[in-house]
Amino acid sequence: MLDISSHDVLIVGGGGAGLRAAIAVAETNPNLNIAVLSKVYPMRSHTVSAEGGAAGVIGPDDTLDEHAYDTISGGDWLPDQDAVEFFVKEAPEELLRMEHWGCPWNREPNGRVAVRPFGGMKKERTWFAADKTGFHMLHTLFQTSLKYNAVTRYDEFYATKLLADDGQVQGVVAIELASGKIQAISAKAVILTTGGCGRVFPFTTNAAIKTGDGMSLAYRAGAPLKDMEFVQYHPTGLPFTGILITEAARAEGGYMLNKDGYRYLQDYNLGKPQPQPVLRSMELGPRDRLSQAFVKEFEKGRTLKGPYGDVVHLDLRHLGEKKITTKLPFVRELCLKYENLDPVKELIPVRPVVHYMMGGVHTDTNGATPLKGLYAAGEVACVSINGANRLGSNSLTECLVFGAQCGRAAADFASTQRAPGRHLLAQAVDEETRLQDQFLRKAGGRERISEIREEMQRTMEQSAGIYRSRDSLEQAAGKLSELQERFRDIGLDDRGHAFNTELVAALELGSMVDVAESIIQCALHRTESRGAHQRTDFPARDDQKFLAHSVVTRTAEGTPAVNYLPVKITRWPPAERVYGK
Amino acid sequence: MAEQIALEVTRFSPERDKVPSIQAFDVPLRKEWVVLDALNYVKDRVDGSLSFRWSCRMGVCGSCGMMVNGEPKLTCATFLTDYAPGPVRVEPLKNFPVMRDLIVEITDFLGKLSKVKPWIIRAKKKPLSEGEYLQTPDELDTYRQFSMCINCLLCYAACPVYGLDPLFAGPAALALAQRYNMDSRDEGKSERLDILSQHDGIWGCTFVGECTEVCPKHVDPAGAIQQYKLTATQEWIRSLLMPWGGKS
Amino acid sequence: MDQISINAVGRKELTTYTEYPPKGYRVRISTYWWLGRWAYLKFILRELSSVLVAWFVIETLLQVNALIAGPGAYQDFQGFLRNPVVIALNIISFFFILFHAITWFNLAPKAMAIRLGGKRVPAILIALPNYAAWLLASVIVGWLVLRG
Repeated sequence: MLDISSHDVLIVGGGGAGLRAAIAVAETNPNLNIAVLSKVYPMRSHTVSAEGGAAGVIGPDDTLDEHAYDTISGGDWLPDQDAVEFFVKEAPEELLRMEHWGCPWNREPNGRVAVRPFGGMKKERTWFAADKTGFHMLHTLFQTSLKYNAVTRYDEFYATKLLADDGQVQGVVAIELASGKIQAISAKAVILTTGGCGRVFPFTTNAAIKTGDGMSLAYRAGAPLKDMEFVQYHPTGLPFTGILITEAARAEGGYMLNKDGYRYLQDYNLGKPQPQPVLRSMELGPRDRLSQAFVKEFEKGRTLKGPYGDVVHLDLRHLGEKKITTKLPFVRELCLKYENLDPVKELIPVRPVVHYMMGGVHTDTNGATPLKGLYAAGEVACVSINGANRLGSNSLTECLVFGAQCGRAAADFASTQRAPGRHLLAQAVDEETRLQDQFLRKAGGRERISEIREEMQRTMEQSAGIYRSRDSLEQAAGKLSELQERFRDIGLDDRGHAFNTELVAALELGSMVDVAESIIQCALHRTESRGAHQRTDFPARDDQKFLAHSVVTRTAEGTPAVNYLPVKITRWPPAERVYGK
Repeated sequence: MAEQIALEVTRFSPERDKVPSIQAFDVPLRKEWVVLDALNYVKDRVDGSLSFRWSCRMGVCGSCGMMVNGEPKLTCATFLTDYAPGPVRVEPLKNFPVMRDLIVEITDFLGKLSKVKPWIIRAKKKPLSEGEYLQTPDELDTYRQFSMCINCLLCYAACPVYGLDPLFAGPAALALAQRYNMDSRDEGKSERLDILSQHDGIWGCTFVGECTEVCPKHVDPAGAIQQYKLTATQEWIRSLLMPWGGKS
Repeated sequence: MDQISINAVGRKELTTYTEYPPKGYRVRISTYWWLGRWAYLKFILRELSSVLVAWFVIETLLQVNALIAGPGAYQDFQGFLRNPVVIALNIISFFFILFHAITWFNLAPKAMAIRLGGKRVPAILIALPNYAAWLLASVIVGWLVLRG
């Protein structure tokens, strides 16, 4: 039996941005009926893995303008400056609100909230809860959300399609994973907070769940994706697992060493090595530049061979056991567990690893997408405050600031709308038929999910990695359309309904191939190098042509079409990015 | 051919089976592989219908708790080589209803978590404009350990009391209640005490202590519950001696 | 929440699903679960020790009763204590009480999170006074019994 449940605001995704949005809706209008739908229990969301901290101006010597400038220059002048100004203004209040909700922020001896330095930031403004900041934020938000009775949770539901009526988004079709039942959930406003899509790459810090579902939902419904070519490589991931060693390790004073024990970043225009960490310099440079420096070192033969690719070393030994156990306990725990080494005494092998998508669903500063009734916030969205390269510790704050903003905007919008009609159920019936025909009742099907997924991931790494070129990207585009074709011939081993995780994996793969195509197309069309997008055939930044956001929409044939939208400049005209000075 | 290890996995489909069964797979034994890697190997290359939960594979999301050779473990942090030459038996977390293969029903825990009011309760809220609640590093330290719970539910699988009496609130929910009680910003202690001093609250615990033993994040729920019992007893004595308002 | 069924809009059901929340399979707990693991066995033994603690209490009450009743009754009571069955029972009870006391004292630091100078007092410092008091009490009792 197919059911339809209706709510005022439906939030798809239960991580940091989603939960913050839910609370914002409840506080904006207590009469609204809110639903949070997620393919995992909210406390499993990937926000949980964020380590280093969340940026917000708090120190007496710091200013909002400095945070804005760091963010804009860090993003290589691609961020929209009005969005950044709004973001930095809201940031401290949002972080303070987390404090009032019980987030266990680290403290100064006098009881004030403590802040730490972070990459690309000129002042100390990163609030932190040891090196499990995302974990503490997520659990604080989740536990706080439990007191709002207006929130109905759909835990372990997978949204397969946005319901739309006359161009207005009015809910989703979702599978209840426990039973396999297809359900229509209608709402006057829908907020996407599903996170990024790091899993389109083989080597990533991202959790298994980060498969670009929300980006694909929006894209298929006709909403544009923005700046998809900008993929952040984090410079310090553990080999094989891709587990993140937080930037805080460098902020606390860690060194990056090549195979000769030399602090190689000094050769890449990032400043001179000092014994103590210097803000916006050396190891505290931005992530894109550090990851690019790794590739250059590799080309010079100055990296170390490892069983899972070349590595350099992160040296924390000089910080001493006390500092490591108080400020970086999780780093030590992860190294001991997964690398069988103690950072107090040994060097940590690290290599760049896919970490974050600067791009996402195109939204304005209210989190509204061009589709009426559809909003997005967090990594799934692109406002854009991150531009061509996100600064560490801006993303947790982004989840809060834009989660809240989008919750308020969606609440206001929903308050003015009438309940969607029951005729939406017909779309759910069609969707159920599609899922049955395409996966569960299909005879045969020769392709295996894991094979297509691995080929896609390999393609992305080879062609859309830290450095790209026309040749590699064109090859990838061809390969991805082949994979789209082969995806149609997928065969599942599991034809059951209850907890069919293979069906979910197939749907996730479908999302990922869509997103991968949009990344490749945007990267192909941007014939310049900016931030995390480095073209070997176009090594310079081109503000004449590309001081603009890539906007990619899905054509009627299902192929991506790329257009451009000018960047909003308010007070910081484009300039050279200078670090180490 | 690389070295292999036998992986024995619980299979159960509510649509097809009356009772769970065990299925064996041979998987490569690699030094850097955790049990979860072996499960994914099976799902990707041998039998796509094997179902289990996982996500962060770095021991912080709490999804992948299962019984490994009879012990509750995070499978993303349990290395295959520790069980060589095998076999390794992987079963769903004990004390929970099995919904499919290695997946158990945990909504019971979520209900219990809500019941203990795991949020800051204050009689009078401080406006944001007045800044943060001051909290010294020492004050933070009093509850930090209990705030490390990742809700992986290994403690429920280790707790015989929960196994015998599913009404028992259980280790993680009680530890999280204590996390807020000990937080210098919170004023909800007595509100929570009314809930937790009921039979299925703290007094259900008979101090087996296994919850603390299996906790991958060193939360020490057993300790939290014993502390709570002491507080509850003190409150009870106080209310006996000062019935007109001894409750703090 | 507004719930309507698909039948209401006149479409037929496509599939049957298992109900939600599905019952799931509950593994029955064996009667002998506590034998499977040393920690569980220890726990059951500790619970069991309360019976033997009760036995000692009863025995002491009987002793006091005999003492009040006069020398004859007390002699009878001593005869009762010499019964090999009672001796065996008392030896077993003694070990259970030792076990009970030790686990109880070891529990004390868990229940008492005392903080001094910003640091939690180490477990050993909370357990130690308990053991010291126990030893002292034993010495006093021993002295009272043995001096005559």
